[in-house]
Amino acid sequence: MAYFEMTKLALKWAMTKPATSQYPFVPRQPVAGSRGRLVFTKDNCIYCNVCAKKCPTDALVVNRKEKKWIIDQLRCITCGYCVEVCPKKSLSMDTGHDRVAVTRDHEIH
Amino acid sequence: MARTVIPFGPQHPVLPEPVHLDLVVEDEKVIEARPSIGFVHRGLEKLAETKDFIEFVYVAERICGICSFIHGQTYCQAIETIMNIAVPPRAVYLRTVWGELSRLHSHLLWLGLMADGMGFENLFMHTWRVREKILAIIEATTGGRVIFGSCKVGGVRRDIDAAAITRILGELNEIEKDMRGLTKILLDDNSVKARLCGVGVLTRAQAHDLGCVGPMMRASGIAQDMRQLGYAAFNEIKVEPITRTEGDSYARCAVRCGELFQSLDIIRQAFAKIPDGPVEVKVTGNPTGETITRTEQPRGEVVYHLKATGTKFLQRFRVRTPTFANLPAMLQVLPGCDLADVPMIILTIDPCISCTER
Repeated sequence: MAYFEMTKLALKWAMTKPATSQYPFVPRQPVAGSRGRLVFTKDNCIYCNVCAKKCPTDALVVNRKEKKWIIDQLRCITCGYCVEVCPKKSLSMDTGHDRVAVTRDHEIH
Repeated sequence: MARTVIPFGPQHPVLPEPVHLDLVVEDEKVIEARPSIGFVHRGLEKLAETKDFIEFVYVAERICGICSFIHGQTYCQAIETIMNIAVPPRAVYLRTVWGELSRLHSHLLWLGLMADGMGFENLFMHTWRVREKILAIIEATTGGRVIFGSCKVGGVRRDIDAAAITRILGELNEIEKDMRGLTKILLDDNSVKARLCGVGVLTRAQAHDLGCVGPMMRASGIAQDMRQLGYAAFNEIKVEPITRTEGDSYARCAVRCGELFQSLDIIRQAFAKIPDGPVEVKVTGNPTGETITRTEQPRGEVVYHLKATGTKFLQRFRVRTPTFANLPAMLQVLPGCDLADVPMIILTIDPCISCTER
């Protein structure tokens, strides 16, 4: 039978720095390799439409004629499939989770 | 004595997900429990008919937020069985490691919820503090915290290099130390025992007849674990099911505590034996055939049935999830218990309603 085990643990943590951080005053450090946000680099893109075809949630639209790459941030699940299939490596994954999608308006690049 | 019907759920402090029970009570004793489910049905099985089978792994992973990786893994295993794809050994080991990390975070989540359910807030916070360390390992190795997204048909998307393996093994030692302290409280503390011992007893015969799975079944003395089937790397890493014989809520808690250390041991063995080599193979063509795949989720055995007819869409996709198998047993143990014990009994089956309703 254990006696005062929780008390010991509670007392130890009462005198230790909290395990949590004071967000938003102390922002969370991005973790290397984390799938945070999809980043599009216009320079390399050949508007081949592969990313839009493969996107599991249909969050991407590519307009080859007008050279537009469009993303619906609220649909994107940051799975990274488009980054994998992009032939020109014009898509990449940012590690930060700080930017939040708040609008249904599509982002046009 | 007059009978009263007390509605329990779908919104209730102990329920992370919605399930409704009509509890027929006489004084403080529950006489009957009538369930109704279906609050979070999303029609994911039907979605298989309109999603490419390669992309569908993302949907399979989202059947449940807590056992997500093993859902993706089971789906991939089923497709690989149909298409006769030989997954590289390194990928198989990585899947095993991630599967066990997923089990660790699921069990720690549950132990926290259970502590919260009995009003032991401090223990709940500490359990989740340890879980956070597991989530950090998962995020660093897969890119996601709960939706891993690292499993694909034909292998895995990411590799874990030698430096990361050493770092993770060091972190796991720290986590083990934390978990030893927490399980001591969970299993030996007077107030925890008072809430769990002798509550919601399910006998071995009942567990067998009602088709229980996972820790619910093992806590009643049936030594069965789908990892013994030898899927992924479990043909080289042997798993002895952790069992108890009491069949009460305490036994179910003890089985899950034991499985925490078992999972740590499996991860260490997997990292010791992991071979070098590629982590994926190219998948060409479409699947044709039908298969049933079974794996061990944190909550028990999950069964996948897939039928493909040579197109890129599956014709039939069916999942029997562990909570669905454990619900009849939960209804069996509720009659006769005190109304105040109902939340604990419901929690000890580790209900995952998203899984159940898909």
